[in-house]
Amino acid sequence: MDLKTLFLPLDVSQKNDEFIAMESKSFAKDVWQRFCRNRRALFGFVLLSCIVLLAVFGAMASPYTYDGQDTAIRNLPPHAQHWFGTDKFGRDIFTRVLYGVRMSLLIGFVSTAVNFLVGLVYGGVAGYCGGYADMLMMRVCDILYAIPAMLYIILIMLIFGSHVGSILIGICLSGWVGVARIVRAQVLSLKEREYALAAYVLGSSRRRIFFKHLLANSMGALLVTVTLMIPQAIFMEAFLSFIGIGISAPMASLGTLAQDAKTYFQVYPTQILFPIGMICLIIFSLSFISKGLEEAFDPRNRR
Amino acid sequence: MAMVRYILKRCFIGVATLFVLITVTFFLTRLMPGNPFEGDNVSTATLEKFAEEYGLNLPIHQQYVRYVGKLLQGDLGTSFKKPGVSIVSLIAKGAPATMSLGLTAYVSAMFLGIVIGVWEAVSKREMVRSVLMSLSTLGISVPNFIFAILMMLVFGVWLKWFPTLGLDTPKHYVMPVVTLAVYPVAQISRLVHASFTEAMRMDYVTMAKAKGLRQSTVLFKHILKNALIPVVTNSGPLIAFLMTGSFVVESIFTIPGIGREFVNSVSNRDYTVIMGLTIFVGALIILCNLVCDVICPLVDPRIKITR
Repeated sequence: MDLKTLFLPLDVSQKNDEFIAMESKSFAKDVWQRFCRNRRALFGFVLLSCIVLLAVFGAMASPYTYDGQDTAIRNLPPHAQHWFGTDKFGRDIFTRVLYGVRMSLLIGFVSTAVNFLVGLVYGGVAGYCGGYADMLMMRVCDILYAIPAMLYIILIMLIFGSHVGSILIGICLSGWVGVARIVRAQVLSLKEREYALAAYVLGSSRRRIFFKHLLANSMGALLVTVTLMIPQAIFMEAFLSFIGIGISAPMASLGTLAQDAKTYFQVYPTQILFPIGMICLIIFSLSFISKGLEEAFDPRNRR
Repeated sequence: MAMVRYILKRCFIGVATLFVLITVTFFLTRLMPGNPFEGDNVSTATLEKFAEEYGLNLPIHQQYVRYVGKLLQGDLGTSFKKPGVSIVSLIAKGAPATMSLGLTAYVSAMFLGIVIGVWEAVSKREMVRSVLMSLSTLGISVPNFIFAILMMLVFGVWLKWFPTLGLDTPKHYVMPVVTLAVYPVAQISRLVHASFTEAMRMDYVTMAKAKGLRQSTVLFKHILKNALIPVVTNSGPLIAFLMTGSFVVESIFTIPGIGREFVNSVSNRDYTVIMGLTIFVGALIILCNLVCDVICPLVDPRIKITR
């Protein structure tokens, strides 16, 4: 018998037939897929994207400006020309709400980005150095953390005046403490792991271990916190504007709009309902996203 | 011994925080645009009185020493816009309203939060759990001033069930207390839910059940007692939240408390009152955190105090 007829060559595709394993996925892809399977999280994500798009392009497309006054059309209820009605100066509330959303999102994202970076570096250095440096740096955090942020944000607003910059400074002054604490805790525990030791033994530089291994691995726990910081910043801005020291007129933020409408809200309830409804929508979508991320990052949910 | 060291350390941090707070507040107030002691309609005589009282003619470090010295004697200064009114008297006037409101909110938040959290943990019906879960998400994510406005609109203006101003009768308490307590209730119920579910899975609970203890004994003595530890730990931040929350609630519902006084002084730019109240509220919160930190290891021996 000829060997060639006895043994047929196997097709390449059948080679790994009995190899049982999951399809190899990168961590980010895996998280993203789990995130998309979570309907509530996906809903939040789509909602937030719609709001962002509307705020960016809707305000450009609107025929009205945020400060254009028209005394002939004061305090109108919502109708076809003015979707959300007009305020006491005859300004189009829909356009003002869109500008308000821009302002709120700007404050939310910028302050969170700054807090994230500062906290990442501060916590990372504290956790990596350890010893006295760590002790000292964490006591500074303790002190900053113990004073309620609202108190000195108000002082800062009074000093630097009512504009976006001072709100950002105020929120960023101590907002990073939470991030720093998480990063420090993560780095402290991660640097004792075998892979950190292995990287050290293989001759990686300290910087590479710090960035590639320690910081990268503490990202998951961080992202969840960070998505929760955005609504906190938005809330802080809205609150400051609401008590009258936030963004000042004619600029619009969602808090200022609510503050403006507060005086007459018993007569014209729609003027206050639209801006606060918008704040709620933004905050809901972010909290859905955060919840979704939390579940997606949990390796126990891996399928 | 470790305990004494721990308490001393916490006290030291508390004092340091207080010191930072006073220093920062003092110098920030001096940084404010224009001289905070220059008003449009203030007579020269008053200005001179202020210059003397705050030692404005002295160099700034001497002013600072003087201010701290006065603070240590319990003197927070006097109002700048309402001459002759001391800040301590403002606090004394506002304290009853703020205290009664805060305490009512604190007690009801604790009670409701624990009940809802336990209910969520023990309920076997998916429906109940998901409704409670959504409610707590709602409570955590909606800012309290929005709650206040919505409640005022619905229950105060449209349905006319509750009065919208002041704090005279028990009925007046309903809306402000609900506004203040919504967030804490949601937060506490989440904490209790999480720790309760965890405690239910513990070996000592299985053991207690296996011993044939009564259901209620297991529930209260073994599970609940352990599940409540995070609630105690969280009390400090909770009090801080209620304190700053009172700013919003009191100014929306026109309640004559410390919070409204603070917001008013901010809108009037009454710098001395802002400074005094900031230090007072800050000190109060620092004190609450300190007490909470000292109590925690007593309640939960697992916290290593030697750290």
